[in-house]
Amino acid sequence: MLEVRDLRISFRTEHGRVRAIDGVSFDVAESEILGVVGESGSGKTISLLAVMGLINDPNAVIEGSIKLRGRELIGLKASEMRKLRGREIAMIFQDPMTAMTPVYTIGWQIAEQIMVHERIGKKAALARAIDLLAEVNIPNPREAIERYPHQLSGGMRQRAVIAMALSCNPALLIADEPTTALDVTVQAQILDLIRKLRRVHKSAIVFITHDMGVIAETADRVMVMYSGRVVERGTKAEILLEPRHPYTKALLDSIPPLEGEKPRRLKSIPGSPPSLLDLPKGCSFGPRCPSRFDKCAEKPPLEGGAHAAACFLKAAP
Amino acid sequence: MTAAPLLEARNVTKQFVIGNRFTAQGLRTVHAVDAVSLKIMPGETVGLVGESGCGKSTLGRCMTRLYDITGGELYFEGVDITTKTLRQMRPLRQRMQMVFQDPYASLNPRRRIRDLIAEPLRVHLRLSETEVRDRVRQLLDVVGLSPDHMDRFPHEFSGGQRQRIGIARAIALEPSLIVADEPVSALDVSVQAQIVNLLADLQERLSLTYVFIAHDLSVVRQVSTRIAVMYLGSIVELGSANDIFAKPSHPYTQALISAVPQPDLKKAGERKRIVLTGDVPSPINPPQGCRFHPRCPFATDKCREERPVLTEMAGTRSVACHYPLTA
Repeated sequence: MLEVRDLRISFRTEHGRVRAIDGVSFDVAESEILGVVGESGSGKTISLLAVMGLINDPNAVIEGSIKLRGRELIGLKASEMRKLRGREIAMIFQDPMTAMTPVYTIGWQIAEQIMVHERIGKKAALARAIDLLAEVNIPNPREAIERYPHQLSGGMRQRAVIAMALSCNPALLIADEPTTALDVTVQAQILDLIRKLRRVHKSAIVFITHDMGVIAETADRVMVMYSGRVVERGTKAEILLEPRHPYTKALLDSIPPLEGEKPRRLKSIPGSPPSLLDLPKGCSFGPRCPSRFDKCAEKPPLEGGAHAAACFLKAAP
Repeated sequence: MTAAPLLEARNVTKQFVIGNRFTAQGLRTVHAVDAVSLKIMPGETVGLVGESGCGKSTLGRCMTRLYDITGGELYFEGVDITTKTLRQMRPLRQRMQMVFQDPYASLNPRRRIRDLIAEPLRVHLRLSETEVRDRVRQLLDVVGLSPDHMDRFPHEFSGGQRQRIGIARAIALEPSLIVADEPVSALDVSVQAQIVNLLADLQERLSLTYVFIAHDLSVVRQVSTRIAVMYLGSIVELGSANDIFAKPSHPYTQALISAVPQPDLKKAGERKRIVLTGDVPSPINPPQGCRFHPRCPFATDKCREERPVLTEMAGTRSVACHYPLTA
């Protein structure tokens, strides 16, 4: 349904051109949840902002191809993109407060979105808003539409944003760290809700997170990103149980266990992610990689079919 | 527990008054910490966990007297510090330090690293400049930074390195107690483990005692000897880290642990998830009776009326629940 091919995004800065995304390709199938994992600066958010057509920076250079149901999105006119956004693709963000205007009620904000995309009266739109709020398990939706964002708790606000994103029944929902700002007990409720959405609405969902635990709970397939490139992709089981890329392995190893014997020390990855201004030659994980060898001075291609890893080691078991 | 506690909190209470104090309109009291008693023994790490608003950070700041407490008593190394003035606290501050979540916010961006780390030394000790320089060099080495970094500014460092600088400042005066408030939450996963390991190494080398405040349960389990679970300003369960995670006694602890998403797919089937309904109630107007009862799946009339107190159970475990889950 969504086909991204060789996406490259760079920014012109005073320090020269910074390549934020370097040849990223992925697909999302109908009613599939694709998990995108990576640390800050890995390019997970920016590549999906490109899908939404939300990179407005005049210094950004976007190349490659993004096709939604066969239609090319790169180079689409802003007015065309605006019609698509909200109706075909919707996005929810980490901080729901920034996605809503503080000066209008929740009900008004959801209804407005529906009225922009459909020929529908205000009353009918508000009625739809109530239904949507009920669907995302907001108690007393009739009263909730009269509330302003600041009157809701973080979890309730995130539900309201999800309701807003669902208002036009989009085919693709992009969720950027939707639970990172929430407490674990509320996070569990939102993850339940997201799984239910897929069941009921058959929406395809791209779930961006840095938390491998959240991936285990939600995703069907996983894409691991590091400094602007995809380093590994595969099904959830492949990535979590048989990771091939040393970065994925190290990431999984560095999570402290919740059960059993406590390790005396955690396995950590030395150093920190490289600056995009000064990427290492060849494999960008090379300088931190425990199994680096001569060949890593070249850029490893992402190879291996469905379960692919961008590492020269992968051939050797 | 034969030794004397390093720090003891007896019924510590902290309330904040919000609203317009001048016109006294809409004045309300936030019950941030409500009669918490806790002993911190030398050499251990006590983890404070709970959701946002449970009072864990406030309790941490009360312990180091960054906040004046509203009620109760605080003893540090046997000395009553409840009502000590700022001036009287000063010599004690050498012995208790804090590490914060965002090291960038706690480092002056206009000062070089050498001065930032030397600051506590200059304030508290009378050292010659050569001694200060040697000590800074040594501290950088201890926290895993190179002496070449001395003349750089905070913005030139990554998040993990900045946290190392924050830690170097905290250990500069060789304190006995460090209260670390979410020290790894702002860091990337791959860097988190480095800092957790560094804190463990320093504890061993410098025989430090930690109060470790965090919302990430797997990190807390890793670093803590004992864990105190907080809900709406009170400790609901206290016990050894391993026991609490293996067999939680309070329904809230059980739900909290079960809600943590785990990357281990093999164990995913065995785990039973308890999804709590609703949000944490407001500490301005906490519920009557047991404060957890509106969200508790096992609540009865007794829980709605009578507030359970933290009671010692078998071993070292204490629980504040009328119907603790059988261990």
